[in-house]
Amino acid sequence: MSRLIMNRRGLLKSGAAVGAGLAMPTVFAGSAAAQSYTNEPTGASVTLGFNVPQSGPYADEGADELRAYELAVEHLNGEGDGGMMNTFSSKALSGSGILGKKVEYVTGDTQTKSDAARASARSMIEKDGAVMITGGSSSGVAVAVQALCQEAGVIFMAGLTHSNDTTGKDKKANGFRHFFNSYMSGAALAPVLNNAYGADRKAYHLTADYNWGYTTEQAVRESTEAMGWETVAAVKTPLTQTDFSSYITPVLNSGADVLVLNHYGANMVNSLTNAVQFGLREAQANGKNFEIVVPLYSRLMAKGAGSNVAGIFGSTNWHWSLSDEGSKAFVQSFGTKYGFPPSQAAHTCYVQALLYADACERAGTFNPCGVVEALEGFEFDGMGNGPTLYRAGDHQCFKDVLVVKGKENPENEFDLLEIVEVTPAAQVTYPVDHPQFAGGELGDCNPGA
Amino acid sequence: MDQIILQVINGLDKGSAYALIALGLTLIFGTLGVVNFAHGALFLIGAFCAVTLQRILNISAQTVDPTKTDFLGNPAVIKTPYVELWFGPEMGAAIIDWSVPLAVLFAIPIMVAIGVIMERGLIKHFYNRPHADQILVTFGLAIVLQNIIKQFYGASQISTPSPEVFRGSFDFGVLLGYEANAIIYPYWRMIYFAFSVGIISAIFAFLRFTTFGMVVRAGMADRETVGLLGINIDKRFTIMFGIAAAVAGVAGVMYAPINSPSYTMGMDFLVISFVVVVVGGMGSLPGAVLAGFLLGIVESFASLNEVKSILPGIDQIIIYLIAIIILLTRPRGLMGKRGVMED
Repeated sequence: MSRLIMNRRGLLKSGAAVGAGLAMPTVFAGSAAAQSYTNEPTGASVTLGFNVPQSGPYADEGADELRAYELAVEHLNGEGDGGMMNTFSSKALSGSGILGKKVEYVTGDTQTKSDAARASARSMIEKDGAVMITGGSSSGVAVAVQALCQEAGVIFMAGLTHSNDTTGKDKKANGFRHFFNSYMSGAALAPVLNNAYGADRKAYHLTADYNWGYTTEQAVRESTEAMGWETVAAVKTPLTQTDFSSYITPVLNSGADVLVLNHYGANMVNSLTNAVQFGLREAQANGKNFEIVVPLYSRLMAKGAGSNVAGIFGSTNWHWSLSDEGSKAFVQSFGTKYGFPPSQAAHTCYVQALLYADACERAGTFNPCGVVEALEGFEFDGMGNGPTLYRAGDHQCFKDVLVVKGKENPENEFDLLEIVEVTPAAQVTYPVDHPQFAGGELGDCNPGA
Repeated sequence: MDQIILQVINGLDKGSAYALIALGLTLIFGTLGVVNFAHGALFLIGAFCAVTLQRILNISAQTVDPTKTDFLGNPAVIKTPYVELWFGPEMGAAIIDWSVPLAVLFAIPIMVAIGVIMERGLIKHFYNRPHADQILVTFGLAIVLQNIIKQFYGASQISTPSPEVFRGSFDFGVLLGYEANAIIYPYWRMIYFAFSVGIISAIFAFLRFTTFGMVVRAGMADRETVGLLGINIDKRFTIMFGIAAAVAGVAGVMYAPINSPSYTMGMDFLVISFVVVVVGGMGSLPGAVLAGFLLGIVESFASLNEVKSILPGIDQIIIYLIAIIILLTRPRGLMGKRGVMED
């Protein structure tokens, strides 16, 4: 016969154990007996979580991402014209939802803040039962949400995130990125810059003082220095900076003849506008015309900078003017529904939603480990970027990269960038252990529950 | 030496914006005793007056051109602004090109009206409430106003260029004997500085040389006594609120070509403008102007690579560092008066 003896130490231990159990987020405690993975869909529908900036400086980009996701859900459920499902090389999707379940969705507001993005993603996973999280317009957010999804045991299909770290030192097995990255921008831009401006150039970098800025500066520096350019200075600028005049004015007397603006969003619009105001476009240095380069372009931001983008080189993941069948199908579908062409953010988000659905169909399950297996090493075409590989080693997509230039004489309000070169995937491909992507482990997939 | 000259000029134009906003803030604080956190939103509304006029002037007649196609492959819709149809292509294009300077005239009545409505409709109910209440309600109002702007105009920046003739830069270096491109400065920023000096001078002259201004100054010094003399000081103070709103508004209009407006620009300037007011001395108009230009210049110098190589990150904290030093050594600010916000 045993007796229950409860002394003070035992009571404390039991209390701590019960307390820890209660404090554990429900998603981590889960109902293991009922589910074999987190948020396993048991009804007639499956819920996806679209985590996009609905407020804050990237709200317009977030709104475009949300439009793309809504279009993707329509197409997955067999409504509308099917868009890229008609051109996608994989034919696993049939327009009857995913694995026969109707696709439903919930949305969250990242506010382009890591903590807010994690909170909204957590809420969609824990309260709404989202089996996959996707979206976002910032690398800080992508890295934070990707880590959360890894812990929670759901798939994260990144939206617009360009920092090397997302699939570099911060890569996770449950996370996948379709968008290109800083290294690819540098590798694609360098030969074009070499052809346009020559190998004897001195560059001055202005770099946004945060993670994305650092990786972009490093990528562009290494690519341009490899072809003979010299970097005379690299200056960090605060992310909150609105007037860049005091950073621009030293450039002309620095000995540089190229200004590289490693800025995105409002930073890019303001620094480029300021640089043009200060006459850098008309200036001469070292006996050459002074030039400006913007490594990462976005049509929404080019619109903010107006005519200042004319003639300035940059790179982009995708552009609505591409003439391949996939791009045409997406532009037709999106443009008919919303009345204007999609942004690159909308494109990558739409493609990610379809790729996830397709992976579930091919895997025959929503189990994250099944989805990971289906996406790793997956080769596809018909999604607007030519033949594409989702590399198994880091979950990064490898595809063609577009080098673009601000259009001199736009014909309409959307006609802001022109494609200068489609850089083949092979030219922007790097080994998994490339120094710019060093550190971090992909780890194992986590099904949660 | 050329870098020093350049950063002083840089600081003057940055200081112009700080000084104009801080001047409005101080006018409101000095007359009504209200700490107006919605003042940055008035600057924002001013900038969007420029955006609005630009859009109004670009309202277009639409015709279909079957020889061209749009992005969907449909016949292209050609837009021709009505001003070009009414006044001819050249005159119409010139009117659109000059939309920002024209927006100053467009913004003044709008901003005065917004100021008066804001004061009569909301802020007057908080005159006798603690400053903390005033800050909360005006800050809340600022958030509401900026989100209204976002709802109508979106979150992205909107390009609002200056007239074509002012888009180049002036080479000061050649004028001072330096080589070409050593000291260049954009025409529009020079115009902004001159515009600011003009507005600031006009406000000071108005307060100094008009009867209305004299009564307002008397009210700022001793509101109760002025009231006992039978003068309706409240009415005058309401008008001053409208004038302060107009000053912030036209500052925003003229700033639109410098940085494309977005709905966050009011908040970007608000915090720094309050630092300017505190450094200048609460309630002191000359203090606000002096501190505006001083902090603008100091901020510019802190951005120099030579300075940042010695003190990394100094450009991000210099304004607040100066504020701390001045408040430690001169607790009432540079030109603050005894008794203001000290009860």
